[in-house]
Amino acid sequence: MPDIVINLIKIVCIVFGFVLGLASLMTLLGDRKQSALIQNRVGPNRARILGLPFVLLGIPHFIADGIKMVLKENIVPDGAHKGLHMIAPALVFMPALLGWVGLPFMDLYCDGTVTVDVNTWREVCTGTQQNYFQIMQMNAGLLFAFAIASVSVYGAAIAGWASNSNYSLIGGLRSSAQMISYEVTMALSLAGIIMIFGTLDLNEMVRQQGYLMGGWLPKWGIVVQPLAFFIFFLAGMAETKRAPFDLPEGESEIVAGYITEYSSMKFAIMQLGEYAATVFIGALIAVLFLGGWQVPFLFADGFYFGTTHLAMPGAGVEILGTNLAYLIVIALRIGSMCIKTVILVWLQFMMRWTLPRFRYDQVMVLGWKILLPLSLANLVVTAFVLAIF
Amino acid sequence: MGTVQVKPVVRHKQGLWEKSYIPEIAKGLKITMQHFFRNLSPIKENRTIFTRLYPEEVTVYPERFRGLHRLMLRNDGQVRCVACMCCSTICPANCIHIEAAEHDDPSVEKYPRVFVIDELRCIVCGLCVEACPCDAIRMDTGVHVHPYIDRGDAFLDRDLLMELGTLSMAVQGGER
Repeated sequence: MPDIVINLIKIVCIVFGFVLGLASLMTLLGDRKQSALIQNRVGPNRARILGLPFVLLGIPHFIADGIKMVLKENIVPDGAHKGLHMIAPALVFMPALLGWVGLPFMDLYCDGTVTVDVNTWREVCTGTQQNYFQIMQMNAGLLFAFAIASVSVYGAAIAGWASNSNYSLIGGLRSSAQMISYEVTMALSLAGIIMIFGTLDLNEMVRQQGYLMGGWLPKWGIVVQPLAFFIFFLAGMAETKRAPFDLPEGESEIVAGYITEYSSMKFAIMQLGEYAATVFIGALIAVLFLGGWQVPFLFADGFYFGTTHLAMPGAGVEILGTNLAYLIVIALRIGSMCIKTVILVWLQFMMRWTLPRFRYDQVMVLGWKILLPLSLANLVVTAFVLAIF
Repeated sequence: MGTVQVKPVVRHKQGLWEKSYIPEIAKGLKITMQHFFRNLSPIKENRTIFTRLYPEEVTVYPERFRGLHRLMLRNDGQVRCVACMCCSTICPANCIHIEAAEHDDPSVEKYPRVFVIDELRCIVCGLCVEACPCDAIRMDTGVHVHPYIDRGDAFLDRDLLMELGTLSMAVQGGER
């Protein structure tokens, strides 16, 4: 197959299949069903497809919502900048999808046989390596992800400015201030991770997270940088503009913030962009801190739990573990990445329904006075530890 | 001018434990997660969702639920009511209209020629059932009062009320 076909298939599978599928499912299951269960309610359960007696967890509601959104009138307020008003939803939505370019769902596919070096935990491939499970192989994938994430500030700011509404303007200003503040923290909290793994290639980072420390502990990001995990999780949640950081669209104060003046599918795209950003942050945390596609103790040729000395003296060393076919390993690893992302998205939604909204000054205090110094301290300590050992 | 009553409120000082937020957030997450997983449980009794999915799950009414009225029957299928006017007298909503007439059977004396209940006026208090000396009117059908399209449809007359009626266990008449 020519490369371009493979690339198209990858893009369709990852972006439309996984990201948009998960994001749109989250709008329903995460936002409505999950909140309903937390609050002892039932949630949407009435809509049916063609009157069939299945409610399917309320998924028909979501389809009905989509149809409704498409059919609604698209209103552009008087005095709004027509062009910018139209472009803004795309600018919110696009970065959430572009960021997936660098995220690996699996290691490079190996044509030949894969062997694992037990001493260094490296997987050695004898054939050629094909990039089937990552849209683009980039040695600066992390930088690219951050660059794209910063671009999403423009969408919200332009949406606020172009709407010709005071509420929208305040929302846009709030969102740009909040996102810029938390991006500093996000990037700084990752400096420690970058120092430890010594690379910006996301796939290489994940590969290194499979190595075992002391022969039994996977070198996951959360193990070597637990504080950075918390900081990054918080900053990432603030970055997605979801509760408890949803000040840019604080309903009680500024109607709906920068999406006040949007209707019909533009509104839906704005919302979907937020959910896609949630999924993206979840995947980024999974890749950086939770081992990405790694399954603990799973290597390219099967599970490996360590060695044990046989009871008889002089009988040698027995390796504990099972051998698995390469295809099964691939399936397990892709599944692991997807499940980790889903769990992290679920956790973000749990946080959303647990915590009340911050006041605006509290958000800034948390960002600049607590998280930033913490991430700096984390960076310094990591640097010292790495320099000494 | 009177003195202003000032009640000093003791402020709860936040310690370092609470100020660091993390343990308190964990506590909150624990509660929401408990709710989430409890309500996911496959066993319905374990959930704490109190919503009844009405058309699918029929409400079980208590035994003494007061529904639509019905008029009980004699052994020969005639109306049991003796037109004593007890129910229409006690009815606080004045919704029972009875016109008595002389019965052919001398042992019965009176029967209701017209017996109309205006179900829209009825406040479902059940006093008519309490007042009836011969177990002729009951509200134990378990049927809701229907929504009526025309106001006149809500006037349920004697024959309509008797359609739901059955025989009573109570002995009627007795010795003179």
